[in-house]
Amino acid sequence: MLGKLTLSAIPYDVPILVGTFIGVAVIGIAVLAAVTYFKKWGYLWREWLTTVDHKKLAIMYVVLGLVMLVRGFADALMMRTQLALAYAGNPGYLPPHHYDQVFSAHGTIMIFFMAMVMMQALFNFVVPLQIGARDVAFPLINSISFYMTLVSAILINISLFIGEFSNVGWLGYPPISELQFNPGVGVDYYIWSVQISGIGTLLTGMNFLTTIIKLRAPGMKWMHIPVFTWTAFFACIMILTTFPVLTVSMALLALDRYVGMHFFTNDGGGSVMLYLNLIWSWGHPEVYILILPAFGVFSEIAATFSGKPLFGYATMVIATGIITFLGSIVWVHHFFTMGSGADVNTFFGIMTMFIAVPTGVKIFNWLFTMYKGRVRFEGPMHWIVGFMITFSIGGMTGVMMAMPAADWVIHNSLFLVAHFHNVIIGGVFFGYVAGLSYWFPKAFGFKMRDVWGKWAFRFWFVGFYLSFIPLYAVGLEGMTRRMNHYDNPNWHPWLLVACVGVFVLAAGVACQVIQFVFAAFDAVNRKPDAHDLTGDSWGSGRTLEWSIPSPVPHYNFARLPVIRGLDTFHIEKELGRPAPVADLEPIHMPKYSAVGPVLGACGLVIGFALVWHIWWAVIVGLVVAFFTVIHRSANLDVDFYVTVEEIRADEEAFAKRLAAARAAE
Amino acid sequence: MKRLWRFFPALPALMLSGCTVDLLQPAGPIGEGNRDMMVLEWAVMMCVVLPVIIATLVFAWKYRASNAKAEYLRNWSHSNKIEVFIWGVPILIILVLSGFNYWSTHYYDPYKPISKEMQVKVGAPNAKPLHVEVISLDWKWLFIYPDLGIATINELDVPTKTPLDFRITSDSVMTSFFIPQLGSQIYSMAGMETQLHLMASRPGNFQGEAAQYTGPGFSDMRFRTIAMPQEQFDAWVQNVRSGGNPLVVKEALDAQTYQKYHVPPAAPHDAAPKPAPVVYFSSVQAGLFENVVAKYNVGMTHDHHGKDMDEKAMDMHSESHAAAPSNTGM
Repeated sequence: MLGKLTLSAIPYDVPILVGTFIGVAVIGIAVLAAVTYFKKWGYLWREWLTTVDHKKLAIMYVVLGLVMLVRGFADALMMRTQLALAYAGNPGYLPPHHYDQVFSAHGTIMIFFMAMVMMQALFNFVVPLQIGARDVAFPLINSISFYMTLVSAILINISLFIGEFSNVGWLGYPPISELQFNPGVGVDYYIWSVQISGIGTLLTGMNFLTTIIKLRAPGMKWMHIPVFTWTAFFACIMILTTFPVLTVSMALLALDRYVGMHFFTNDGGGSVMLYLNLIWSWGHPEVYILILPAFGVFSEIAATFSGKPLFGYATMVIATGIITFLGSIVWVHHFFTMGSGADVNTFFGIMTMFIAVPTGVKIFNWLFTMYKGRVRFEGPMHWIVGFMITFSIGGMTGVMMAMPAADWVIHNSLFLVAHFHNVIIGGVFFGYVAGLSYWFPKAFGFKMRDVWGKWAFRFWFVGFYLSFIPLYAVGLEGMTRRMNHYDNPNWHPWLLVACVGVFVLAAGVACQVIQFVFAAFDAVNRKPDAHDLTGDSWGSGRTLEWSIPSPVPHYNFARLPVIRGLDTFHIEKELGRPAPVADLEPIHMPKYSAVGPVLGACGLVIGFALVWHIWWAVIVGLVVAFFTVIHRSANLDVDFYVTVEEIRADEEAFAKRLAAARAAE
Repeated sequence: MKRLWRFFPALPALMLSGCTVDLLQPAGPIGEGNRDMMVLEWAVMMCVVLPVIIATLVFAWKYRASNAKAEYLRNWSHSNKIEVFIWGVPILIILVLSGFNYWSTHYYDPYKPISKEMQVKVGAPNAKPLHVEVISLDWKWLFIYPDLGIATINELDVPTKTPLDFRITSDSVMTSFFIPQLGSQIYSMAGMETQLHLMASRPGNFQGEAAQYTGPGFSDMRFRTIAMPQEQFDAWVQNVRSGGNPLVVKEALDAQTYQKYHVPPAAPHDAAPKPAPVVYFSSVQAGLFENVVAKYNVGMTHDHHGKDMDEKAMDMHSESHAAAPSNTGM
C-alpha cells in the first residue's frame, strides 16, 4: 500500500533532526493557527494562492527563496562547525551518513531553491513592468511554474523527516548515485525534486522569453529594452536550451534506478562520462543563467544611484549575448581531469578564459557608470561596490582554473569551493539581495529600513572573506572538498577561521531577517512620510516601472506607455510626459485560477509517491492532473475587464499623491 | 561552540609552525608546472584585478553624492576611447594567457610520458619508468607494481627521479587519484583505464588522496606517498618480496585474495567506516589490473600493448565472471 515507506524511515534517533522537526512543527502550527484565528484562509486562497498576477507570484517566490536561504544556510553552519571540530581523531558531531546529506542538500537547495527562486522572483516582478506589459504572456502557466518550484522545495524538505536525502553532492554523479551503491531513497528525492522544479523553470523560461518578444509596449525597439530585461532575455534563452538537458539526465538516471537500465552504471555498457557531459552541459550554463540577471540588477542600480545613464548600454547587451554563447560551450572545464586529449582540454580552457573578456567589459561599464556621477550610497549601492571587488577576485580565480595545467591540481579542491562561492555569493547573491531592496518599495509602497540592509551587507562582505579566503588556502594545501574529518595540522587553523567567518555571515542573515520583520511591522504601522507617493521610489529611476504608482495596481499600466527611447521614464522627467491622446479604456485581465495549486498538489503527490514507489498514488496524481488540465481547457470563463471607473479612481488618487509630493518639495 | 573556542589559543602557534603549502611547494616537475601556470595566471590577472578594485574604491569615494566639487556629467554614457580600452585590454590579456594555455596543456598532458627534458633537469636522464597500476576500491587504494610483482594498499612507494607511469582504474565508484605535491590528478573510472605520468624529484612523504567523493569512507581514503632514492627503493622491494617486512600479508594477491579486499568495510550510520590499514603483497597474479577493467566490459579490455593482452583478458574473464557475476550480467 505504501510502497517502500515504513515507520523505520522516520529518523527519530537523530537528535538534530528531531529538534529541527519540533521547531518546524511549532512554527508551522503557529502560522496555521494565526491564519485560522484571524480568519484569513479565504483571503489567502482568493488573493494569493490562486493568483496569476506576476507581482504577487514574485512576492511568493521571494518568501520561498528566503525560507530556503535560511535552510541552506543552516546546512552551511553545520558543515563549517563540523570541519572546525573534526580534526586529529575527533569525529566531530556529524557522521558521514548525515554530513554527506548536509552538503548535498546545501548545494541543491542553494542553487535550485534559493538562487533560482530569487531569480524567478525578479523576473516576475520586474520584466513586465520594465517593458510596459500588463502581465506575462501566459499568466496561468506562470502560476503553475511557481507551484512546481514550491512543491519541489517542499519535497526536498520532506526528505529531512521521512527517509533521507541524497548523499552524493548537488549534481548526483553516478555511479555512486546508482542503485548498486545507493539503494536508499535519498537520490530519488534528489531526482524528483530537481525534475519537478526543472519543469517549473522551463515554463518560466518559455513564458518570459515570449513576454519579452511579444508584449513590449508600443514603440519599444530591441535597443530600448532595459538592461535587466535584456539579461532576463538571455537567461531565458539559456534556460530553454539547457534545462531540457537536465530533464533528460535526471530521467536517464531515474530509468537506471527504477527499471534497471544501464545509462550510467559501471557495467552493462553504462558510462559515467556520458552523465558528466550531460549534466555539465546544463550545469555550466546554469551558473550563467543565475549570474546574468544579477548583472542586470547591478546595471539598473548603478545607473539609478549614480544619477547617470548606464555607461555603454550597447556594449552591455553585446557582452551579455557573448557570455550566453560562450557560457554554453565550456562545460568540459568541469572535468579536465577525466583524461580528455590535450586539444580538447585546450579548446575548452581557452573558451572559458574568453568569458573573462565580456565579463571584464561589464565590470568596466559599471565602473564608468559611477565615474563622474553623483553616487548615493543607499543600501542597494553598497552591494554593488562589494560585488565589484569580490567578483573581480572570483573572476581571477576562475581564469586560473580555466587553465587545465593549473586545474589538474585545484580541481575538486576547496580552492574550487572557494572560487564558486566567490562568484555565487559575491555575484549572484549580492545582486539578488540588492535587487530585493531596490524593487521592494515598488512592490509595497515603502522602503525597507536601510540601516539593517547596510549592516547585513557589512556582515556578508566581511564574513565572505573570513569564510572563503581560508578555503582558498587549504585548497592550495591539497584539501579536497566534501571531507568529513581530517588530520592534517596545516588545515586546522584555516578551517577555524572559516568557521568564525560563517558565524559572521550568520549575523548578516540575522540582519536580513530583522530587516524583513521590521518591513512587516512597517507595512502596518509606518509613518505617513514613509510612503512612496510618487512611484519613483529612489527619485532617480529611469525605467518604466518607476513611472507608475507604488504599490503597482493589479493591471500595472492604466494606459500603455508610449516608448520614446532608452530610459523612457527619464526622458519623460526631462521633457515632460505627452498628454494622453485617448481616454481610459477597460483593461482585459486574466481571472485568478485554482489550477496552479491543484497541479502543484498533484506534483507533490506524484513526486513523493515516486520516491517511495507508491504506484497507485502516482496514477491518482497523474489522472487528477490530466483532468484538471482538460477542465481548464474547456473552461471559457477565464478573463474579465477592469472597469474604467476603477482605473479612473486609481489614477485620480495617484494624481493627488503626486501633487502632495510636489507640494512637500 | 564551547569546544570550538578551546582551540583558539593554539591558533597563532599553528600558523607560525612551518606548514607545507602542497601546491606551492611541489616535489616534482609536473607539480612545478602546475604551480608555475597557477602563479603566472595569478600575476597576469592581478594586473587588471588590482587596478579595478582600486578604481572601484576611488570612484566610489570621489564621486560620492556629498562631494559637490567632483565633476558631474549627468548624461554622459559613451566614449569610443574607453570602449576600445575596456575591450582591448581584456582581449590582449586573454590572448597571452591562451598561448600559455595551449602550450602548458600539451606540455604537461597527464597522458604524455615524462619528457627527456624533465629527466635531464632532475639529473637522471636515463632512468627507466616505473609502472604502477592503480585500482580505487571502497575505500582504499590498491597499487600494483607489475614489473616487480608486488602490490600495496594505501601506501605508494616510489623511487625519486624516476618517471612514474600510472595506469588507473576503479573497481567501485568514480574517484580521482591525486598526490598534491607531485602534481596533476586523473579520474579513476570502472571499466576504463586512465593514465597519469608523474615524477618525484626529491625524497619525501607526501599526502595522497581520493579527490572525488566516494561515499562514507571517503575522508579516510588516503595514502602516503613515500619517495626515496633508487637504492633505498630497491631494498624496500626486496624486503617486501622476501616477506621480511612486517606489513606483508601471507597470501599472494590473486583473484581470490582480491575479492576479500574488494568488499567494502561496514559503514554504520553513526560513524565513519574504519580506515583500511597499509598492507604489502609479496606477489601478484599477472593481469589482475586488466581483469578488473575487463569485468565491466563483458570481458573486453581496451588494450594498448598488443593483441595478446586482449586474449589474456578474455581468459581471465571466465574467472572474474565466476567471482562477480552480478557485475557483468546484463
